[in-house]
Amino acid sequence: MQNTGHITMALAVDASRFEGVPMAPPDPILGVSEAFKADTSDLKLNLGVGAYRTEELQPAVLNVVKKAEKLMLEKGENKEYLPIEGFAAFNKATADLLLGADNPVIKQGRVATLQSLSGTGSLRLAAAFIQRYFPDAKVLISSPTWGNHKNIFNDARVPWSEYRYYDPKTVGLDFEGMIADIQAAPEGSFVLLHGCAHNPTGIDPTPEQWEKLADVIEEKKHMPFFDVAYQGFASGSLDEDASSVRLFVKRGLEVFVAQSYSKNLGLYAERIGAINVICSAPEVADRVKSQLKRLARPMYSNPPIHGAKIVANVVGDPTMFGEWKEEMEQMAGRIKNVRQKLYDSLTEKDQSGKDWSFILSQIGMFSFTGLNRPQSDNMTDKWHIYMTKDGRISLAGLNLAKCEYLADAIIDSFHNVN
Amino acid sequence: MEYLPMGGSIHMIEESLKLAYGEDSEFIKDKRIAAVQALSGTGACRLFADFQKRFLPDSQIYIPTPTWSNHHNIWRDAQVPQRTFSYYHPESRGLDFAGLMDDIKNAPNGSFFLLHACAHNPTGVDPTEEQWREISYQFKLKNHFPFFDMAYQGFASGDPERDAKAIRIFLEDGHQIGCAQSYAKNMGLYGQRAGCLSILCEDEMQAVAVKSQLQQIARPMYSNPPVHGALVVSIILSDPELKNVWLGEVKGMADRIIGMRKALRENLEKLGSPLSWEHVTNQIGMFCYSGMTPEQVDRLTSEYHIYMTRNGRISMAGVTTGNVAYLANAIHDVTK
Repeated sequence: MQNTGHITMALAVDASRFEGVPMAPPDPILGVSEAFKADTSDLKLNLGVGAYRTEELQPAVLNVVKKAEKLMLEKGENKEYLPIEGFAAFNKATADLLLGADNPVIKQGRVATLQSLSGTGSLRLAAAFIQRYFPDAKVLISSPTWGNHKNIFNDARVPWSEYRYYDPKTVGLDFEGMIADIQAAPEGSFVLLHGCAHNPTGIDPTPEQWEKLADVIEEKKHMPFFDVAYQGFASGSLDEDASSVRLFVKRGLEVFVAQSYSKNLGLYAERIGAINVICSAPEVADRVKSQLKRLARPMYSNPPIHGAKIVANVVGDPTMFGEWKEEMEQMAGRIKNVRQKLYDSLTEKDQSGKDWSFILSQIGMFSFTGLNRPQSDNMTDKWHIYMTKDGRISLAGLNLAKCEYLADAIIDSFHNVN
Repeated sequence: MEYLPMGGSIHMIEESLKLAYGEDSEFIKDKRIAAVQALSGTGACRLFADFQKRFLPDSQIYIPTPTWSNHHNIWRDAQVPQRTFSYYHPESRGLDFAGLMDDIKNAPNGSFFLLHACAHNPTGVDPTEEQWREISYQFKLKNHFPFFDMAYQGFASGDPERDAKAIRIFLEDGHQIGCAQSYAKNMGLYGQRAGCLSILCEDEMQAVAVKSQLQQIARPMYSNPPVHGALVVSIILSDPELKNVWLGEVKGMADRIIGMRKALRENLEKLGSPLSWEHVTNQIGMFCYSGMTPEQVDRLTSEYHIYMTRNGRISMAGVTTGNVAYLANAIHDVTK
């Protein structure tokens, strides 16, 4: 055996293996919060945050969640690995919530559900599945959409293209453009749709428009792929917010749905969500589920327990479920009140006659103000209001007290900055 | 419950680095380690594999034979080509050290190797300290990159410092290493998915860049990691009293396993088995590579209702004072 001892190797060391690793660009949304933190002005307001704040602008843990966690601690359950597909009680609860417990597709066993790492994780599993089993397909995403959608499909190596969505002229939905682009796409494309409370615009199709979309998607044999990150949080009603998904499922279509409990149960950092694939037959669902599991195993083996247990406990207990619905209505209600106050302030203060009603017709946490880049910069530089540069403000970070100040800032930026 | 940063809990990362690299590690002081919270060991390995694919696209990974089966899945799904290197020596139920060293020498310079830091899964066979030093020396000559999967720190010998010995040897010898850590077993946090990936870089600037890129890989996979397990880990490790309690508990778990190994071996010898069962106590950690054939394993299941993988691997964690005699008897019966 060689005697090596503690010899410092005086060998030529190659240039570092990581020479070619550049600094990644800062995250467009995290950067906003960081700049906000650094701002010393008393007037500052953080409207970049995609997390719900109370009227006092504090983060909030739902009371029902605290209750559930207390219960869980008392039960003292172990922390053994979940199966790859996640916590069974959670999977059942989440599919029931999404589709309605009496939905025939659930009774027929046609839904493949895997607990996954919130919305992102669900989307990523679906993307990996698309890459493996539909290698020639592409995903159509709205213009604009949540920034991470593109990253997910890029990293999963799934090609994507955009369909028109936001019309800056009307600050509303470019429905004709949307339909045209979906129609023009190659047959069998995956169409990524926001189930409710579109992020970042807050603009949702009407029920009639959803029907028309379903017509076109069915006609072109596209696969509808819903991202449902705000069920219950948009209108305040779980069922109403799921109506777009249920419409498609009712037509007998096969549908992908990614769910998240980050916002509606305030479980952000627990990373709890699910990928659901509604299939044509139970044996199809079994096969799909088995392959989703094969994709999940080399990513994280099995999903984290804590958030899943919270959801299962809350949904599984009628009292707690009722409490959750109430708290969710309150959150959605606070957002609606803030929208109303902002609209009233804008209409009162703005003499130009500009129509600000889009603030009221948009839904969910976010509002696309129509402010362009320099105008958004003005919001920050002059008014200490932090938002993303695409003109999106998070109403979850706004309270009634600050609405007038915000209105002043928006009016100033809109009219005085080009 | 607000989102953690993409890289995860800073406190959990800090404590994890102290555990793996040493409390007073100069690398920690010099901020040379790029580290992110990961989804337990699996997630840490996957982040590294994806990082390899993206920034070292010509690299491949050498994986020991045998290894935890999910290692193959991870690097395959990350699209990094795999090779294997000799590890287990069936005849001695120990380490094929000569084969291992040959494979290290024959691999192209600058190859990436996956090493189990302690308590090799599935064999339980670890190199001795001497052998680790030789491996490290050879790695230096060949400029190989060591990636340590450390899933059992503290759980193997009962002493986390001792279980990190291989890593410390490589660090002393000036290697830049990668390391996947898991708290699944040593803190019993299995389903919480708490772990850490770290990569030792040339300097602070490089560490910042590498970390930023690891975050970029995590973002489209799960955005940011789960908080709960991370909180548990950081609270325990940053509180001296709680940390002591943990050290006692992890030693307790390791001692029980070591006790069961002894008991199983003694029972088999008492039964008059013609075979050598030294390996049961030589091997370390949760698993024992018994050397039984698939057919013998099948008999254990069908005749004795004993469940184990067909490669003859016994999870010693499932052995108790209450069942060790039954187990020994069954093993003796199918192997005599």
